[in-house]
Amino acid sequence: MHFSPTPLHIPDGFLSVAISVVCWVITIVTLSLAISKTNKALGEKQIPLMGVMAAFIFAAQMINFPVAGGTSGHLLGGALAAIVLGPWAAMVVMTAVVAVQALLFQDGGLLVMGANILNMGLVTAAIGYGLYRAVAGQSKAVKLGVAGIAAWLSVMAGALLTSLQLWLSGTSQLGIVIPAMLGVHSLIGLGEAFITVAALSFIIQTRPDLLGEGSESAKGGRGWVVAGGVIALAVVLLSPFASGNPDGLERVAIDMGFIDSGQSAPYSIIPDYTLPFLGETALSTIMAGVIGVIVVGAVIVLIGRGMKAKA
Amino acid sequence: MPVTHVKSNFQMPECEGDVLVVNDLHFSYPDGHAALHGVSLKLCGGDKVALVGPNGAGKSTLMLHLNGILGGRGEVQIAGKRLTRENLPTIRAMVGLVFQNPDDQLFSPTVFEDVAFGPLHMGLPEADVRTRVDAALEAVRMTGYRDRLSHHLSVGEKKRIAIATVLSMNPSVLILDEPSAGLDPRARRTLINLLRELPITMLVSTHDMKLVQELFPRTIVMDEGRVVADGLTFEILEDEALLNAHGLEKP
Amino acid sequence: MHFDAFDRYHEKESFLHRLDPRVKALLTIIFIVSNALLPDGAWLAFVCAWLFLNAANLFSQLGIGYTFKRSIVALPFALIAVTVLFSIPGKPLYTFQFFMSTLTVTDAGFLRFVSILIRSWLSVQMAILLVAVTRFPDLIHALEHLKVPAILTTIIAFLYRYLFVLIDEVSRLLRARESRSGAAAGNRSGGGVFWRAKVAGNMAGQLFLRSYERSDRIYNAMMSRGYSGHLYTLNPHEMKPRDYYVTAFAIAVIFIVQVVGRF
Repeated sequence: MHFSPTPLHIPDGFLSVAISVVCWVITIVTLSLAISKTNKALGEKQIPLMGVMAAFIFAAQMINFPVAGGTSGHLLGGALAAIVLGPWAAMVVMTAVVAVQALLFQDGGLLVMGANILNMGLVTAAIGYGLYRAVAGQSKAVKLGVAGIAAWLSVMAGALLTSLQLWLSGTSQLGIVIPAMLGVHSLIGLGEAFITVAALSFIIQTRPDLLGEGSESAKGGRGWVVAGGVIALAVVLLSPFASGNPDGLERVAIDMGFIDSGQSAPYSIIPDYTLPFLGETALSTIMAGVIGVIVVGAVIVLIGRGMKAKA
Repeated sequence: MPVTHVKSNFQMPECEGDVLVVNDLHFSYPDGHAALHGVSLKLCGGDKVALVGPNGAGKSTLMLHLNGILGGRGEVQIAGKRLTRENLPTIRAMVGLVFQNPDDQLFSPTVFEDVAFGPLHMGLPEADVRTRVDAALEAVRMTGYRDRLSHHLSVGEKKRIAIATVLSMNPSVLILDEPSAGLDPRARRTLINLLRELPITMLVSTHDMKLVQELFPRTIVMDEGRVVADGLTFEILEDEALLNAHGLEKP
Repeated sequence: MHFDAFDRYHEKESFLHRLDPRVKALLTIIFIVSNALLPDGAWLAFVCAWLFLNAANLFSQLGIGYTFKRSIVALPFALIAVTVLFSIPGKPLYTFQFFMSTLTVTDAGFLRFVSILIRSWLSVQMAILLVAVTRFPDLIHALEHLKVPAILTTIIAFLYRYLFVLIDEVSRLLRARESRSGAAAGNRSGGGVFWRAKVAGNMAGQLFLRSYERSDRIYNAMMSRGYSGHLYTLNPHEMKPRDYYVTAFAIAVIFIVQVVGRF
């Protein structure tokens, strides 16, 4: 059975090592923050709550509704999780979901898992929560409307990030991947928005205490509004620009040093025994040699340990 | 035809040391709903007592008080120790509470991890934990299920493992919520035999009046947050006026 | 619904099954990183990596083609890399008309496209093999040993445990919806798309509340057994000499693959 509702789970091999590592770093930093925040906020109850919520998101992604022509609407769940659990808890929960999808079902790769967590878990939660939080205290209709927009934008943000990562890895051409991904996801995002709004409205009706004053959902600071707003604005501004003027974005990326002009992608760290960030110098040959020595050393140490370990 | 009881087989046991004492317990939920109005009861070592009553009578609420998950007004004593905030960990190790839905009780991926959870949190050394896990699984006749995954078990197997998860803590008293609910006849029979053989004081909440008749010499009837009857099972089962008044049926 | 369909583990008594889960997880990741590091068109190295993969398959007793059969999962994503066929400058191989534009496949583009697919295909197979020879709870232990924060591994353990319970609940909800999705004779079935979305959303909301309440009950069950915020686990794994030798050997082989890939 295939669980992924959206083509956002990048498999291994499609992102360069450099981009994968950069995404991992961003993900790990954000996640460490999220873990320490949830530790404080939820206390001892957090483990069963977040564990079952992760299973909930996983199972909720199976709920679909027929749209037209054999296609169906699905839930990704990042925005919904952030609105009901608070942004930090939602990030941890979504990380667990993405990790299990990759580990157990090979929906998404392992080296690229940092990117997948970033795209589907962290950014979706930040947008979903930030926009929803901006209308705290407004009427139910306004809140639900904004939640729907936030859910749609969260999917678009994930798609945009995925496209950019693919492009920076030299896997896709910018002028094609962005319009294609955003086009498909503007429809997928509608399903996300509908289900999120209906689910929220159901929860508000039956358990208003979970979303009211004093709930985890109402505790996020104004910083989230800013963060969510900025990311949402970036998606709204960048998407048409990138779709209409891919060469412009390429120029910006080259100017800022993200990619070298003429080189398709920074796809390997040690091409031809030289390290790209060191250039063709004696130093980089030495570095490559050092890596070789480290590997040989590791092998020797492991054999030594094996001899010492009890059989 | 109802089974005719021989009176001499059903003597109330002589009480030596009280294992469980509940004294004038009151509790209201945060939403204002009052669930317990002055509940008092006593269990003696070796007692096997049924707790019956309609849904909403307060049986589950009472059970959650017995190891301090809920804290109402009144007194709860386990083996002579009064339940307070300070001795909560000790009390929790002495009271084995088994919840109705084994999927809530078994929260670890493997059987071993679940049965080891209690002993590990009691701070026992690894070797003791392993001994206790093996002993508990043997007590519920599930040796060999140690490394199984919880979601691969049948409902009956899950129920028995759920009992093992508290037996591994060597509790002084076992509190079971609806142990026979949702079991097929064979699994129910296995469970009844298991409960009969376990040499431990137990309080069992249930709607299964046949189970009550077969297994428990003593029955406590609760309704609307009060204990309305407490006595020998066969006497209570003969009292049709009492049963009717509290929505119960004679088996 | 039968849950074994979700379990990717295959019970066998093979060499790979007995290997420490840490070793298997670590080597899988090293293999995948190695694939990503191989330059485009390093055919000989790709073949070596493929032989390594097949050797692993062989040692798992699952049969040489085992992972190959399941490796199609990543295939749809290949579509996303198609554009590199035309975008990298090089010698034209094939030109065709597509809608308004003329597309030219270049040799450099073709080389890159095929290389991406091979890397992905090798990597996904190793990941498939990992879960086929390692029980998921053991894999969680391996993550603990590899310094993944305990809170994350615990949540993953909960997710794994309740995944099956909640998927069962979802299937019951879906089945109940289907049973009532009839059509009156002569009428079109199904209502409007908004209504259908609302039904799906209500189901998600319903599932959320049930899950939320379940987490309360689980919390009670944990507290009843002495939980007070800190989790203790026993980790039943111990590295044996064999585990060290296999790690050393595999790292050496992967290193050689890297060297081969650069000549």
